[in-house]
Amino acid sequence: MAVLVGNQTKLITQGITGKTGLFHSIQCRDYGTKVVGGVTPGRGDTEVEGFKVWNSCFEAVEEGGANVSMVFVPPLFAADAIMEAAAAGIELIVAITEGIPVLDMVRARQFIHNTNRTRKAAGKSAVRLIGPNCPGVITPGQAKIGIMPGYIHKPGKVGIVSRSGTLTYEAVHQTTSLGLGQSTCIGIGGDPVNGTNFIEALELFNADPETEAVIMIGEIGGSAEVDAARWIQKNMKKPVAGFIAGVTAPPGRRMGHAGAIISGGDDTAEAKIKIMKEAGINVAATPAEMGKALKAIY
Amino acid sequence: MKIHEHQAKELFKQAGVAVPRGYVAYSVNEAVDAAKKLQSEGIKGFVVKAQIHAGGRGKGGGVKLAPTLDDVKTKSEAILGMQLKTHQTGPDGQKVRRLWIEEANPPKKEMYFSLILDRERQCVSVLASAEGGMDIEELAHKSPEKILKMPIDPAAGWQDFCSRRVSSFLGLDAHPNAKVLSAQMGTFLKNLYSFFWAKDCSIVEINPLAIVGEGEASRIVALDAKINFDDNGLPRHKELLELRDEHEEDPKELEAAKYDLNFVALDGNIGCMVNGAGLAMATMDIIKHYGGEPANFLDVGGGATTDKVREAFKIILKDPNVKCIFVNIFGGIMKCDVIADGVIQAAKEIKLSVPLVVRLEGTNVDKGKALLNQSGLAIISADSMADGAQKAVAALKAK
Repeated sequence: MAVLVGNQTKLITQGITGKTGLFHSIQCRDYGTKVVGGVTPGRGDTEVEGFKVWNSCFEAVEEGGANVSMVFVPPLFAADAIMEAAAAGIELIVAITEGIPVLDMVRARQFIHNTNRTRKAAGKSAVRLIGPNCPGVITPGQAKIGIMPGYIHKPGKVGIVSRSGTLTYEAVHQTTSLGLGQSTCIGIGGDPVNGTNFIEALELFNADPETEAVIMIGEIGGSAEVDAARWIQKNMKKPVAGFIAGVTAPPGRRMGHAGAIISGGDDTAEAKIKIMKEAGINVAATPAEMGKALKAIY
Repeated sequence: MKIHEHQAKELFKQAGVAVPRGYVAYSVNEAVDAAKKLQSEGIKGFVVKAQIHAGGRGKGGGVKLAPTLDDVKTKSEAILGMQLKTHQTGPDGQKVRRLWIEEANPPKKEMYFSLILDRERQCVSVLASAEGGMDIEELAHKSPEKILKMPIDPAAGWQDFCSRRVSSFLGLDAHPNAKVLSAQMGTFLKNLYSFFWAKDCSIVEINPLAIVGEGEASRIVALDAKINFDDNGLPRHKELLELRDEHEEDPKELEAAKYDLNFVALDGNIGCMVNGAGLAMATMDIIKHYGGEPANFLDVGGGATTDKVREAFKIILKDPNVKCIFVNIFGGIMKCDVIADGVIQAAKEIKLSVPLVVRLEGTNVDKGKALLNQSGLAIISADSMADGAQKAVAALKAK
């Protein structure tokens, strides 16, 4: 099944009655994802475009057997929706929403952490959050959870993990053009506080028999890429190519993503590229060469 | 969003965080009136502080002691209207349009304190040091052991032990008035932490945090105050939006924000229009890689309309340095033919006079390219991002 999502996925959309949520629910269903319905509080027991609507995630799990949720709830209410999904035991929560207040995410992360401690004690599997502010997760040919254009993907052996949506599409397009295809693509999102980081995504790829190589796409700001590079050097059994966006970004300026800001000497693109190279990652010189950089080592 | 020191101090005061007394002034007369008001409250000496959104104001000559009312007048005359240059303003400096007239508080001890969003630990953390008044990044580099970094558990919040730890690290335990100061510090820090969460801050920095006064009259006070707010939290704090000072922001960036475009002005001459923040940054990088200089970062977002594309062009062209435009679109949800249509309409409407390189890929790419070819406009079409960047650099040289 590659990782995270596949034929076993039973998806619900939180915020399914909103315009964007509904549009992408239909796109996911058209791609072949099993969508069991959606959640909008106060709109339970209705239907929209053939999707069953529940009042809460608890009902969606009980009646629909939902195990994955895609969050399109507006920013100020999204953290609440994420926590509801976690409390209901939905194993994978993919938060697409952009613009969630960062302190809300600090709380939501803490909540998921505590939820998982309780679940572990009860012998249940952990719940995981991907995002927010991400394009989602796709296992080509099986399940698409998110806003990425499905048709550019092709089933294959390359895992892709990225902080940026459109740069992921570039990497997908390049690997598809080179005939490689993808096992699973994970957008971890462009926010400073998120649910799943590079290392956690790499661990999944490392353990997945259907992933043979990985492309990791990062950007300026924070230390996630550096931490991941050090982890790769010690633990990764598969070849990794990479790219870091923002060598031309001025310090102290937010470059679109809430997390893309140089705030010290260690979170510049140059600093990250240097450490990634030292860790044995083949870093592409330009974003047009991510596929080539991977092919050179795989 | 950034705000001025005087606004930050007003918010601190409301939150129960000790600050010096002072008044804001927009003219020299107002500055003298402010000092007179302080005098009537029993204050003997003053400080005149330039209000701009940048650090390093003291070193740049924007902060002056003024013992008498006459001094307040002469210092205010000198500072108000000056182009204040600091390490954070860029070479042109920033015009001083307002002053903060404050009671002079000669510090007995200067310390550093901040609350930050800690990305590594994904929580709010404290940074504190007994060495106040200096650049914290420099200190972190030179003597990291002089900085206390303490994560605060988001569920439990600020506990009294957190205050005790900070006080002890800052050396307050050794002060002759330790008991009083530590109690003050406890209230100060607890209120500051609550404020951080209540107003969705991303950084609150007090440098210096000072002990002023003698003996029994010793007290803790925030001599400076810097607050940045998380832009994503602003929709639920309407009262904070009034604190925005548009003079401190780039006019092109303000214009872009009106149309929900992410724009950052740079120094180069190739204007960029891209969808997606990561791709927009990567586009700047690839231009540089092929020997060009990007003039801006511009993310038109995932749901760009013809209107947005047109406004994006107008904003890019407001920069007289722009000699070429590179449009780089990977259409996912956004369809290439819609983008092409927007580009054509915008180019016609604004009578585009610089070379335009367009790279389209993704949904409806053939339709999009056909539209561009039939438009009769001199558009340079590119097959890939690398091809587009090279053609943009070449077009510039050919001119």
